[in-house]
Amino acid sequence: MRLQINTTLALYSVLEFAADPERHIPAAQIATKYGVSPHHLAKVLAELARAGIVESVRGVGGGYRFSSNARRMTLMDVIQLFEDFDPPGSHRLDVDAGAAATPVDRALDAVLSEIDEVIKATFSSITLATMLQLVGKQQS
Amino acid sequence: MKALRSRRKAAPGQLSVRPVVRADLDAVIDIDAAVTGLEKREYWQRVYRRYGIGARGERRWFLVAVIDGQVVGFLIGEVRDWEFGSPPCGWVFVIDVDPRVRQAGIASQLLSTLNASLRRAGVRKLRTLLARDNTLILSFFRSQGMMAAPLIPLELDVFDGDAQAAPSNAAK
Repeated sequence: MRLQINTTLALYSVLEFAADPERHIPAAQIATKYGVSPHHLAKVLAELARAGIVESVRGVGGGYRFSSNARRMTLMDVIQLFEDFDPPGSHRLDVDAGAAATPVDRALDAVLSEIDEVIKATFSSITLATMLQLVGKQQS
Repeated sequence: MKALRSRRKAAPGQLSVRPVVRADLDAVIDIDAAVTGLEKREYWQRVYRRYGIGARGERRWFLVAVIDGQVVGFLIGEVRDWEFGSPPCGWVFVIDVDPRVRQAGIASQLLSTLNASLRRAGVRKLRTLLARDNTLILSFFRSQGMMAAPLIPLELDVFDGDAQAAPSNAAK
């Protein structure tokens, strides 16, 4: 599975905030760090704020800060804000949208749905706190 | 329940982990029933006979976590040799903590004790298997550093001799 750019940006941003929950981080600082346009990042942060994962802080030294529980929030909680997961029965080539699903369509759908379920289970089992531990291991 | 709740903020020193004894079994059954909603007394008595009073030298552990003399959690694990093509490997197949005293590091302490026993037994890998929708326990094991094993669990619906169940020979 390849995550969309916005999803990846959201994960990077959330991990930045969760690593230091008390700190206000200006959006521009994250944009510079990851080489993305502030405008692009602003949309991602606005979505995270709407979901209650971060909150905006106004004034001097403002920006955003983490407003969730890193030991409870999972990668899936963030990812599903930006990605659509196909429901079972939807993995099908769009060769003829009106045609009935063939046995090959249904068999392929069963296999691809199985893969999707494993992906979702993996994202759902990793909290931000666990992810920060993994980041720490990579740094050491 | 009030007494247990008050233990939520107990100092870590009050928690101890030790091998199960027969007198712990009622508490184990109660915790399992509270977690699963199903009391399985006969099952736990069989498990106790197999893992609680195993012969010396068998690398099996049925551990209980105790606070102020009361069992608040338990873990069962063992070493399995050469299963699934793996060298001797530790498996943890039960871990439960009284829901009223969760978030106090009890499961971490149980797992840490098993890890130490495995290290002493010369085992360097610990595995477990979980339902993929059991996100609570999955997240716990992830928080302890567990990653996906190089195994894929498979299953099959077993039919009673119905021709429908027979695999197709078309590909042969």
